Amino acid sequence: MTDLLTRRTPTPVPARPRRTGVGVLIGAILGILAIASLFIGVSDVSPLALLTGGPDSSAAFLLVTSRIPRTVAVLLAGASLGIAGLIMQMLVRNRFVEPGTTGVTEFATLGMLISTVFWPGMAVVGKMAVAAVFGLLGTWVFLRVVRAVPVRQLVLVPLVGIMLGGIVGSVTVFFAYRLDLLQSLGQWSQGSFASVMQGRYEFVWIAGAMVVVAWFAADRFSVIGMGEDFATNLGLDYRRVVAVGMVIVALITASVLVTSGVIPFLGLVVPNVVSLIIGDNARRSIPWIAGLGAVFVIACDIIARLVRFPYEIPLSVIVGIIGAALFLWLLLRRRGRAH
Amino acid sequence: MIVLDGVSKRYNGHTVLDEVSIAFGAEGVTALIGPNGAGKSTLFGVVGRLIRPEAGRVAVDGSDVATARSSDLAKTLAVLRQDNHIAARLTVHDLVEFGRFPHSKGRLTVTDRDHVDRAIEYLALDDFRNRFLDELSGGQRQRAFIAMVLAQDTKYILLDEPLNNLDLRHMTEIMKLLRRMADELGKRVIVVLHDINFAATYSDRIVAMRDGRVVADAGAAEIMRPEVLEAVYDTKVDVRQIDGRPVALYYS
Repeated sequence: MTDLLTRRTPTPVPARPRRTGVGVLIGAILGILAIASLFIGVSDVSPLALLTGGPDSSAAFLLVTSRIPRTVAVLLAGASLGIAGLIMQMLVRNRFVEPGTTGVTEFATLGMLISTVFWPGMAVVGKMAVAAVFGLLGTWVFLRVVRAVPVRQLVLVPLVGIMLGGIVGSVTVFFAYRLDLLQSLGQWSQGSFASVMQGRYEFVWIAGAMVVVAWFAADRFSVIGMGEDFATNLGLDYRRVVAVGMVIVALITASVLVTSGVIPFLGLVVPNVVSLIIGDNARRSIPWIAGLGAVFVIACDIIARLVRFPYEIPLSVIVGIIGAALFLWLLLRRRGRAH
Repeated sequence: MIVLDGVSKRYNGHTVLDEVSIAFGAEGVTALIGPNGAGKSTLFGVVGRLIRPEAGRVAVDGSDVATARSSDLAKTLAVLRQDNHIAARLTVHDLVEFGRFPHSKGRLTVTDRDHVDRAIEYLALDDFRNRFLDELSGGQRQRAFIAMVLAQDTKYILLDEPLNNLDLRHMTEIMKLLRRMADELGKRVIVVLHDINFAATYSDRIVAMRDGRVVADAGAAEIMRPEVLEAVYDTKVDVRQIDGRPVALYYS
């Protein structure tokens, strides 16, 4: 049928939005910050100390057991949280959702509390699994609520999610208070990489793996991001892709939660900024979101370590301040346009 | 052929499709007309496996829509629904590439790229291919969606009110294009239209629906009569012959 279409020699295609220059710049900043992150801290770990001390020195020991794990954890958490936000945005078809504005984080935190209460001696992997199951439950509940309440208004959907999170969060606080676990709760709800050490951060690799999974399924997520009708027309099993997306979001949320605690706004801000730069084709935007998310968190982590040197302030405070400002800018910018 | 056999659909006790039996696919362009709530969009939804009917079956080229693999159907049938207010910042090229999804599953081959290029060229979108959809005018965006459906390379193309929100020039442009797709490419286009004069001018067959039933099904000459149109729309319609073509006047 299409053979009837007139063929002609292919014309040179004008450049698609790739922005290679900006990409390289982000990569370079990421590299510099990652290296800086290795050498910032109270103890003397400097290239010089490493060179003179050799592999058995205390500097090398610190590098391997603390600084490298911390840097890796920061990078993976930053990269994956942006992806979790992106996938939530595709599932809900709303730019202003992420695990933190949909109750998913609160559900996962409740899962952490429950595992601490009922199985206090549980290994971290078990806690993470419970948190992931609760995160999955949270995603499911949110999707059901959004579907039941036909709110298509851009800002109303995350409001529903924040209310849902508020309800779940208050239940968590109530039981934590009753069971004298408020301190643990405070630790989870305030993201910080200060206690990351070798042997205590490896679960964040699961979040990293999810980034790769998301990238492989990128086209499917792009398609479901255009709606169920659209996806069905292209022969895609909408529900299955949604289910895969939910699992990715839950695993990322849970593994970051057990590693560092809650890091707010990231999943919201980074995908939106990337959307402005390069658009919403997930195949192209996922590497950008991962890279920019990692830059964002590592920069905040370095600031958190330097502001009150030699003390640290919680990373989530820095992320919250910068993230909230960026988020406001995105909101106002949107209002400034025609609609 | 797309064959509907006794298809019924109810929403909260309200019958939207009432034992509809009809076949599409013999003609190049079929226009589906009727008042709001007649069941046109539901009919498209049922054919496009987006809505599951309570009774009856739909078959596309012999395979039952309810049981056939969705990914196989996507190679013979493309449905473009009404509300394409897609918020995603995708380029025209991205969108048209997604049309190849049923064939490529996201890994585009040389053949896929060829289809994409030809669809873009056919819709005269070469200059816009790297523009984001939210930077296009309504007419350009509608063309981009049709290019996507064309790249999907299906025999049947169902378009739900593609003229929505378009100005005169772009409405005419789209209708001429659908006509060409049927004549030059052998597509079977089924299109929901509100402007009956467009339906009469560009289609080979007009199917009129009302209250979930097909109430008239014939060529333009038979449909474009006051008594038929008045029965369909429940409003006064005058039909005049202008240059040998029936033109409905409903601006009383």
